[in-house]
Amino acid sequence: MSSFWLFLIIVSLAVIGFFVGTSRAMSVASGDKRKLHSLPSYYGSNIAIFTIVPSFLLLVIWMLAQPLIVSSSVRSHIPADTIDPGSTIGLVMSDVQRLANGLDVAVSQGFMTEEDARSVQAGSSDIRARLGQAGVVLGSSVRPEVLQAAQEYRTMTSTGDMLRAIFVIGIALAGFAYAFRKTSVTFRARNTVEKTIYTLLLGAASIAILTTVGIVLSLIFTTGEFFSIQACLSEVDNYEQTHLAALRAADMNLQNCPLGNVALLDQMTSVTGETFSVTTGDYLSAFADFFFGTTWSPSFGGGSELGILPLLWGTFYISVIALLVAVPIGLFAAIYLSEYASSPVRAFAKPMLEVLAGIPTIVYGLFALLTVGPLLVSAFGDDGALGLNWMQGGTAVMTAGLVMGIMLIPFVSSLSDDIINAVPQAMRDGSLGLGATHSETIRQVVLPAALPGIVGAILLAASRAIGETMIVVLGAGAAARLSMNPFDAMTTVTAKIVSQLTGDADFSSPEALVAFALGMTLFVITLGLNVFALYIVRKYREQYE
Amino acid sequence: MNDMRRLERDVDTSDIKISAKGVQVYYGDNHAIKDVDVSIADKTVTAFIGPSGCGKSTFLRCINRMNDTIDVARVEGDIRIDGEDIYDKAVDPVQLRAKVGMVFQKPNPFPKSIYDNVAYGPKIHGLAQNKAGLDEIVEKSLRRAALWDEAKDRLNEPGTGLSGGQQQRLCIARAVATEPEILLMDEPCSALDPIATAQVEELIDELRQSYSVVIVTHSMQQAARVSQKTAFFHLGNLVEYGQTGDIFTNPQDPRTESYITGRIG
Ligand SMILES: Nc1ncnc2c1ncn2[C@@H]1O[C@H](COP(=O)(O)OP(=O)(O)OP(=O)(O)O)[C@@H](O)[C@H]1O
Ligand SMILES: [Mg+2]
Repeated sequence: MSSFWLFLIIVSLAVIGFFVGTSRAMSVASGDKRKLHSLPSYYGSNIAIFTIVPSFLLLVIWMLAQPLIVSSSVRSHIPADTIDPGSTIGLVMSDVQRLANGLDVAVSQGFMTEEDARSVQAGSSDIRARLGQAGVVLGSSVRPEVLQAAQEYRTMTSTGDMLRAIFVIGIALAGFAYAFRKTSVTFRARNTVEKTIYTLLLGAASIAILTTVGIVLSLIFTTGEFFSIQACLSEVDNYEQTHLAALRAADMNLQNCPLGNVALLDQMTSVTGETFSVTTGDYLSAFADFFFGTTWSPSFGGGSELGILPLLWGTFYISVIALLVAVPIGLFAAIYLSEYASSPVRAFAKPMLEVLAGIPTIVYGLFALLTVGPLLVSAFGDDGALGLNWMQGGTAVMTAGLVMGIMLIPFVSSLSDDIINAVPQAMRDGSLGLGATHSETIRQVVLPAALPGIVGAILLAASRAIGETMIVVLGAGAAARLSMNPFDAMTTVTAKIVSQLTGDADFSSPEALVAFALGMTLFVITLGLNVFALYIVRKYREQYE
Repeated sequence: MNDMRRLERDVDTSDIKISAKGVQVYYGDNHAIKDVDVSIADKTVTAFIGPSGCGKSTFLRCINRMNDTIDVARVEGDIRIDGEDIYDKAVDPVQLRAKVGMVFQKPNPFPKSIYDNVAYGPKIHGLAQNKAGLDEIVEKSLRRAALWDEAKDRLNEPGTGLSGGQQQRLCIARAVATEPEILLMDEPCSALDPIATAQVEELIDELRQSYSVVIVTHSMQQAARVSQKTAFFHLGNLVEYGQTGDIFTNPQDPRTESYITGRIG
């Protein structure tokens, strides 16, 4: 029985349980609702919960565990000598699984009977051709031991499925019966339902939190790996410097981190007389190189300089320009919309702004690349309209900053709009009643009251600007550079993370691992900004009542 | 002939501060004020009484055009202050509101310091020459509103941190700080203890020397204590208007009588 049907059965049992429970509650109370502790529907829900929750949990666990158990058992039955030298047990196992699934498909589509499938022989009939009819493509011709393993796999799986159906339905019925028996006048069904809802909500919240923790842990782990490689490489440099002559004489050329290579380490010790070991000082110098290095020039061959400063500078510069565009425009738009616009204008303008927020960032990137960049070049570039010759190409900090600013306008304006609208009307009345004009009221009462919230909105916008990637990739160029000229091409942390990890990067090289260190740094920065923003927004909330 | 003479008298008697004729207020389809005529004298305290929802606040808000800020509200009729039609196109409502101060039914201090709350109006209208002058206005206003003793050591704390009754007095201080010619007070003592109430009533009496004060109140005793004239509103109509003593001792309308004796409300 497939898991889908099984699930349907449990759900229908639960639905039946609901109605049975409801009417059972009415009958134990002899038709008088008031005698019951809880409303009848709670008794129904209680039975439904007891039917569905344990059985569903069992189903999920079973579905996770069965494939593992079956394949490990099948795997242990494959003789080691049948594996080709170039192959691994894992590859053989995936062949086995594909064949087993292929047979299942062939049976379900009617190209084979179950009998056929069970009795096919590797030699006697051409399985490949027969499965090909059913649309299942197998790579090579099927070998007898793979076929045998696949048959074992199928039998075990089908037995497992059958047991699963029996147990799951059994548990569902048991839960049904248990809850049914508990249905009595004094049973506190309402509290049980309450607890279930609480657990459900708690579960959802913990999934969100656990995912975050998982992401952070994986980032921390790889970042640690990056720094230990960098520290090791820095020690390699030191070691080479101090023992240059001895290493030359032995014709040894250290390039990679020798840790983990016992033979090499031994050889090094015997050549130089000093054991190679990574010290705290090496870690400090690795940290210093990363956080205070002013050059970013990764090269996968070795000898890269991975200083984050040019990238942070690019990120900072572009974000600042973006905020300079987005904050005034967004804020003024919000003030206009919430304080001055008549309701027809608002009804038209707010959705328009929200459309702006719905545009994917890659489209903004194209806009930067194809429209804004050339436009800026024609004004500030070589032979530009202003004759300034400040700009060499269309990709520049200014291009990306402007477009990112446009992207952030709706973000700033809709958040600020909500915040300004949250300022109570009584506040405005108070000011107007003292003879203040509309704009005095906005400047002196509404905006100060909304200020913490607006600052929060701006900080949230800033953390979006810092995390933005696509606009930078297309609009700002790829050159990591520390420059003051906003018309120079620069790049940001996020853009470099992408470029370090795309292509056929070797994931154990520091040049690839640095992406995680960059990601971690970015994460810490935006987390800090967000926490700060939330703190401010929350403080603001306490101001009224 | 008779009409003519009455009109003449209205114009001649310069002590009519506010005169309203045929005032109608609609909130959308809800007809909240129905054809109200009232003349409010200068240097007097006029009390508006009536059951909840009868339109006291609404009528009060007509006098300083605060109803302009409500989209659905529509005011018709003729309201004059010192003979000038305040709903005339040429009248700037901002100017008007500086002249006609208001204390709202619900205390609404700004989320600023106590000092800045009181100094807000004087600053906007440039009433003080310098900081010392402003300090003086703030202190005087807080004293008049009977808040000085409680607030003098915490002038820099937010006004929103005060208790409900203190906030109410802060709003009174804020309103008197701008030196309005007319002060509209919507239930200014609803959250005050008897001592603070007595102090505010004293203030109202003092203000009467130079201004005209309109006060909305649910307390018959308060209306009788502080006002010279009383207007009784019922379901949007001005039922009866006259000398406070007459209204309370000898009401002409049966609705007035049953309200002040506690039978409707
Ligand atoms: N902003 C508004 N929008 C729509 N209707 C309103 C508004 N303000 C008041 N009303 C309506 O106008 C009528 C009169 O209200 P108003 O606030 O003037 O009563 P009130 O006499 O001040 O009552 P209370 O003594 O409870 O303060 C009520 O029916 C009310 O529902
Ligand atoms: Mg009112």
